[in-house]
Amino acid sequence: MPTLSLHQLRTRHVGPIDLDIAAGECVCIRGASGSGKSLLLRAIADLDSHAGAAVLDGRACASMPGPAWRRQVALVMAEGQWWADSVGEHFPGGCTPASLDRLGLPADALGWQVARCSTGERQRLALLRTLMQQPAVLLLDEPTGNLDEDSTARVESLLGDYRREHAAALLWVSHDPRQAARVAQRRFMLEDGRLVEEGEEEDGGESTSVSRARCPDAGDAAW
Amino acid sequence: MVIELSVLDLTLAALLILALAGVSLRLGLGIGQRLVVSAARTTIQLLLIGLVLKLLFDNAHFLWVAAMAAVMITAAGREVMARQKRRFVGWWGFGLGTLSMFVSSFTVSVLALLVVISNTPWYAPQYAIPLLGMVLGNTMNGIALGLDRLTHEASARRAVLEARLALGQDWDETIADTRREAIRVGMIPIINAMAAAGIVSLPGMMTGQILAGTPPVEAVKYQILVMFLIAGGTGFGTVVAVSLGARRLFDERQRLRLDRLRTSAD
Repeated sequence: MPTLSLHQLRTRHVGPIDLDIAAGECVCIRGASGSGKSLLLRAIADLDSHAGAAVLDGRACASMPGPAWRRQVALVMAEGQWWADSVGEHFPGGCTPASLDRLGLPADALGWQVARCSTGERQRLALLRTLMQQPAVLLLDEPTGNLDEDSTARVESLLGDYRREHAAALLWVSHDPRQAARVAQRRFMLEDGRLVEEGEEEDGGESTSVSRARCPDAGDAAW
Repeated sequence: MVIELSVLDLTLAALLILALAGVSLRLGLGIGQRLVVSAARTTIQLLLIGLVLKLLFDNAHFLWVAAMAAVMITAAGREVMARQKRRFVGWWGFGLGTLSMFVSSFTVSVLALLVVISNTPWYAPQYAIPLLGMVLGNTMNGIALGLDRLTHEASARRAVLEARLALGQDWDETIADTRREAIRVGMIPIINAMAAAGIVSLPGMMTGQILAGTPPVEAVKYQILVMFLIAGGTGFGTVVAVSLGARRLFDERQRLRLDRLRTSAD
């Protein structure tokens, strides 16, 4: 069972962080802009140099090559990046039509040109690209940041199923406290470089919290 | 055979530079001062090298030739570094280009002197120094262009490179496109020069030999040899420099390390 453990992890102004995420668990992190949420995820994925240790199932990050670690502990960045012209070239192992369908994408989406995809389509495709590699841990940086409510619900549902079926550990960065309440078993705030666990009672304000304005996924219809 | 040039002849030609500087001043191009300084540098540097070569030809000792070659390659290494907008920090900034030129230009030139020209002694400075100079000058251009493209692309496409790393690709796969493009950029000028030689441009070395009275076909044969040597030196030098540079952009954990580059003030 994949369990991700962080011991005294430090990177720039973030840390030291101690955190265990069990197999099949989702932990949500919120925090102000610039609090270092993305930096923390980058350090866990070993894209930035860091102090302390990250351990997956007893195997330390430092004990395996960087790419091997990143295939297991996969970071999905807030801004998906594309280097080839067509979507399909970014899916070396292909993509199951069922997964595409679950995110509201047609089966021929792999034949699309990246330049013609909307922001929302790209974000969902970037998530699928990583899921197809079946990582044990998913580090998700605002995975629904550019999505409308329908697509957000689809992504949350797909990630929930992935977590249960693969007993994957999820570390989910979100701005939205209601999304955190929906998807995560434990929730933290990143403040002054430290993780502060949020109690259940703090969600009492959920009904009054202001819903975050979302960018409508207008491109979907235009395509 | 050679018509000697007097100081007056050169002064007349220098009027061209002064006229151009005047135009620059008039149009506000802001390049007049650099033009004049560069022209002055050309005059002084070439006069000095003329004296040095005269000295060297009179004392054709291997050590003197080797010392001259060492000075040339060091200067070329500094020039490669100076032309980089983003250069590697520490010794890599100077060492990368210098090492690459050493492996390519030196090898190619020595090979040509030993096997093709086979003069006695093989290091005869009349052949060794101009040959090395031509190969080195062009290799320097190729390496400078290639490295500049590599570091520029890596900086501009940082997000893409890191996304590929995040997907578990290794450094080699991640940088492959950028590296290929940088090597191409470094090699294109010499490929174009070979394609245009004789039709669009008459290469300088051949022109010089013809001016000095060498039969055209003999001059052409030497020019072909030099072109091939330059292409070999530039091509292999660029491959080595860009490949080493691409590797240096990643550390032992295969992270992209753009902090190993420093943007020069210019």
